[in-house]
Amino acid sequence: MSRYTIDSEGFYGEFGGAFIPEMLVPNIQELQENYENIINSEAFKKEFISLLKNYVGRPSPLYYANNLSTHYNTTIFLKREDVNHTGSHKVNNTIGQVLIAKHLGKKYIIAETGAGQHGVATATVCALMNIKCKVFMGAKDVERQSSNYNRMNMLGAEVIPVTSGSKTLKDATNEALRYWIANPNAYYLIGSAIGPHPYPDMVTKLQSVIGDEIKQQLTNEYQQNKPNYVIACVGGGSNAAGSFYSFLEDEDVKLIGAEAHGKGEETGKSAATLNLGKKGVIHGCMTYLMQNKDGQIKEPYSISAGLDYPGIGPLHAHLYRTNRAQYIPVSDKEALKAAYFLTQKEGIIPALESAHALGVLEKLSFKKKDIVVVTLSGKGDKDIETYIKNSVK
Amino acid sequence: MNNKLTQLLSTKQKDILTLYFTAGFPKLESTISILKGLDSTDVDIIEVGIPFTDPVADGPVIQKSNTVALKNGITLPLLFKQLQEVNISKPIVLMGYFNQFLQFGAEQFCTQCKAANVSGLIIPDLPIAYFNTHYKELFDSNNLHNHYLITPQTSDERIREIDNISTSFIYAVADNSITGNTKDFNDAQVAYFKRIAMLKLKSPIQFGFGIYNNATFSKVCQYGHGGIIGSSFIKALEKGNSITDFVKNIRG
Repeated sequence: MSRYTIDSEGFYGEFGGAFIPEMLVPNIQELQENYENIINSEAFKKEFISLLKNYVGRPSPLYYANNLSTHYNTTIFLKREDVNHTGSHKVNNTIGQVLIAKHLGKKYIIAETGAGQHGVATATVCALMNIKCKVFMGAKDVERQSSNYNRMNMLGAEVIPVTSGSKTLKDATNEALRYWIANPNAYYLIGSAIGPHPYPDMVTKLQSVIGDEIKQQLTNEYQQNKPNYVIACVGGGSNAAGSFYSFLEDEDVKLIGAEAHGKGEETGKSAATLNLGKKGVIHGCMTYLMQNKDGQIKEPYSISAGLDYPGIGPLHAHLYRTNRAQYIPVSDKEALKAAYFLTQKEGIIPALESAHALGVLEKLSFKKKDIVVVTLSGKGDKDIETYIKNSVK
Repeated sequence: MNNKLTQLLSTKQKDILTLYFTAGFPKLESTISILKGLDSTDVDIIEVGIPFTDPVADGPVIQKSNTVALKNGITLPLLFKQLQEVNISKPIVLMGYFNQFLQFGAEQFCTQCKAANVSGLIIPDLPIAYFNTHYKELFDSNNLHNHYLITPQTSDERIREIDNISTSFIYAVADNSITGNTKDFNDAQVAYFKRIAMLKLKSPIQFGFGIYNNATFSKVCQYGHGGIIGSSFIKALEKGNSITDFVKNIRG
């Protein structure tokens, strides 16, 4: 067993596990006992790979960013998850999990969403596979991300605005869990590498197609053995987990996560969980989380709605604790600047989330011959208003 | 010192009434007056909820009481201080989520419980296996009971396992739901109550979730040893209703 994979109880070192009330035990156990067999079955693989290819448009390009490379005096590749159908990496996971739900004989899907990217990806795949879905979305996010709210409705999902707590992603997750407790026949499709075991491992494996492709494309298209750096943004951490997974054992590949640092530590408005949080339990797993000294969970802040989650996937907590990966805080301002820079240099408008990963390029110094891969997790169409409002000259 | 809950359960086997309230609700200092008020009624066990920002197993009524209590400024150190200020004759059980227990520090938490004369804990998101490995000894050495939940989904086999390791009552969740339902029991629920009764467990059974009046309380007492009432008591407290009258109505 590798030091970066889960043990039989679903722990990565001291992080992970399944801290769930007894009401959820049968559902979680069913998933724990079956997910690996399903994922490894020929029937699943065939369907999953075919949908990723023909429906999502994979493999996504590994694009050599010449202008960016010249500017930073190094070799930069962008892993283009933004060109996936629905506009982000989220769809890799939703296709996989809807297939798993079908294998388990589940009749309908529930999901939580923050910015709405996971909600849209879920609603899309449920429409495709003709399965009912209910998406929980914080009432505040419904307002902030009305276009995604409308897309989900058009796709036939029932979107439930959540008015409890702070009316954002963490409350949408609470409400989805409560609904699941009351409706154990549903399948809960978690959108990131978070939650009780087996979700972090299952989501990581479904997203690992990102890193696998990076590896193959570097070899086949660019005759490079492996990258020196893999950089991805981290909220819950699914695109980063998927990007890192294939390189965990290559200890000389530096893995860098970009955490959203909002307006900075001194303002108290940040979402940099590993840099500012403490170990604890949130949404069924032991990890780092933003909390006060009484263990009350804090509402994080980031300009990017996809990164303002108070916890982080347990794999990242483990990679951080063991120093296998480094997590660098990137502020709103730095992310905005990086987004404008990419747009003007390469003609690609990144999602605000992905812009945080690009922000890291300013903070590290690379050698000319370094191979730097940045995962562009999503496209920026949903963020245009924010970009216009906060334009960077 | 004897554990009051152990004493109670060894002498009383039926119609055990537990009332739940949220500490620091509706007012910060309400904890004390509610404890005193309950102590003068014929309630058997007092369950005190530790307010949390993210109470996943709780319905809207208890969620709201948590939010208000946190706004009022309740914290764990303050709650322990309140508990130590009063001398309550009835057994007290604290209910809270695992993260608070973890942040306060397990050892300090248990020591404070002992000092405040708390008999046991209910931590719904602390799995049994994890508890046994990490905290069982600590609980034993502080004379504290841990309470396990079972639900309509729990298999007979697992219920028996839980019964074997339980040192106090088993919290039988009466409904496939979160707290705060107010409707009559359906056939599936009654079948589940019967299933539990047929297992003839060694541990007393306290049914909770969806018990809110004399009828529902009496019904679960036919199959188990008692019932736990939370949301409807919180509603009564919010309205400023008399605690004595509330208990009288439940007892019928």
